[in-house]
Amino acid sequence: MATINVSRARARGLPGAGRPDPARDVRRGPGLGRRVRRSLTGYLFLAGAIICFALWSWYPMIHEILLSFQHLNLVGQSEGWGGWRNYEHMLNDPNFWTSVRVTLVFTGLALIFGYAVPFVLAVGLNEFRHAAWYFRLLVYLPVMLPPVAAAFLWKWFYTPDNSGLFNAVLHDLHLPTSTWLQSSNNTFVILCMVIFSTWSNMGSGVLIYMAALQGIPGELYEAAELDGAGILKRVWHVTIPQTRLILSLMLLLQIVATMQTFTESLVLTGGANGTGTLVYLVYQDATNFNNFGGSAAIGTVLLLVLGLFSGAYLWLNRRGEE
Amino acid sequence: MSAFDAQSRTLISRAQLNRPLARRIYWVLLVATIVVFAVVFLFPLYWVFTSGLKSASEVLQSPPTLIPHSLDFHNYSTAWSDFNLGRYILNTTYYAAGALALQLVFDVAAAYALSKLRPVLGNLVLALMLATLMIPATVLVIPNYLTAINIPVLHLNLINSPMAIWLPAVANGFNIFLLKRFFDSIPEELLAAAAIDGAGPLRALWSIVLPMSRPILGVVSIFGTVAVWKDVLWPLLVLTDPTKMTVNTGLLNLTGDGIPENILMASLAIAAIPTILFFLVFQRSIMSGLTAGSLKG
Repeated sequence: MATINVSRARARGLPGAGRPDPARDVRRGPGLGRRVRRSLTGYLFLAGAIICFALWSWYPMIHEILLSFQHLNLVGQSEGWGGWRNYEHMLNDPNFWTSVRVTLVFTGLALIFGYAVPFVLAVGLNEFRHAAWYFRLLVYLPVMLPPVAAAFLWKWFYTPDNSGLFNAVLHDLHLPTSTWLQSSNNTFVILCMVIFSTWSNMGSGVLIYMAALQGIPGELYEAAELDGAGILKRVWHVTIPQTRLILSLMLLLQIVATMQTFTESLVLTGGANGTGTLVYLVYQDATNFNNFGGSAAIGTVLLLVLGLFSGAYLWLNRRGEE
Repeated sequence: MSAFDAQSRTLISRAQLNRPLARRIYWVLLVATIVVFAVVFLFPLYWVFTSGLKSASEVLQSPPTLIPHSLDFHNYSTAWSDFNLGRYILNTTYYAAGALALQLVFDVAAAYALSKLRPVLGNLVLALMLATLMIPATVLVIPNYLTAINIPVLHLNLINSPMAIWLPAVANGFNIFLLKRFFDSIPEELLAAAAIDGAGPLRALWSIVLPMSRPILGVVSIFGTVAVWKDVLWPLLVLTDPTKMTVNTGLLNLTGDGIPENILMASLAIAAIPTILFFLVFQRSIMSGLTAGSLKG
């Protein structure tokens, strides 16, 4: 659970943490009346945020689970309880299993490419003594683009005839061209989506890794070198163990992010030929078929799976802080 | 020379790099990487800007031309006025500004209350707010959509209203986390002293806490703004009126109308300009905020 130990957090922030807290003494003195007043003021300050969290985070979590067990009409109003019906429909729907496959293949390929590339790149870039600002600026540039604009640009690169940039380059080099997103090989199409996704998202990973690499004490490399460790051995025995925590955090973060992939399906392929992800299916079910119960069932499954991964992330993050 | 010596020790030692052969390899690799980065990250931008300058036939030419035949900004003006890019950018700016303002008011007030006023059951509220970090907003779009078309108790419909973007933005557990952690580091003594001088909680927040919190407010503001510019799924569901759309959903709407490729490219270029400018202006804060938010977060 993501509770924060308030007293410890305060103790860490305060230079003279051992001393008695003056605010607390004041509060204890006049007793209940003052404490009630302080709480009232506190909740006055909290009111706006509590209402928004209640409306858009707390209530929908419960609401989604309830919706998934209800018969819902075309505008999403409940027409009574349906038991596991929505889930039975979901499990018997071939589109659901296609989307599960697409999401898992996407997540898997993104782990191979999207996860390894930023780290390798950061380790390499960290060795350069020049142009650091240039690398950082450029690698983060795609992260800042509106995702739909970036995806349309890449769809244009992937144009299957020779007017497409990728095919034009391949053609000039006398290499075989490809139909890219219109390929009949489903896994290859997902790979094309992953490559775009990696290009547009890896900037944050690279910058976070570069910051972590700066924190590795130079003596460790010195010692490894004296022991006769080559560059690869130094990476394996110093760099990776020293960045282990951030590597595992980014792993979980990446899994949570890629399992929510939506824009890639929407823009690059329009979900055609079995390339729609789970979130895309949620969107489709709700907007095209007004099947809110089915959407809610898929949403509930995602909620549980992603909640598990995010929970692991927060737990690990908190342990790393200690 | 100085650049080699100035930095702390990394994977490869200074002594190793200072050997003549290693030095030559270093420079070759450096230049090669600079070129590869330019091709991978800058060339796509060059391509979209120049494709926007091409005529309808040139843009479909095979093989494509590297440099457009003419410097004609006609497509850009068409995209801006006939295809409403100006409106989408204005809309998104409006949504982002409102979302930012509400986040700054409500999330700052909430984090301040949780950190300094510590009301009864404040820890429970904090735990519930931080628990939302476990549930990405994407998986809640269906119940949130049903909330937006019919707000409980009030029975309002927020579809096509900016409130549909603004209100959910406030429910941001990460903001609460970052702000509260920062407020926790402000010494109690300062606030106790202010209280003795007769400053109420609002006054203390305004004149003591906020001036000290500029760095974290910067981080929250930047990520709050960028989030609105990058969101796709939610505005797609709640902003269905073409005159109310954001840059992202507006572009999707355009392609549904069968827009010519050269004008689409000009539209993409225009759509990318605001965020690129924003990035260039705030690059330092964005990059340091990124590591501050995630490394220690």
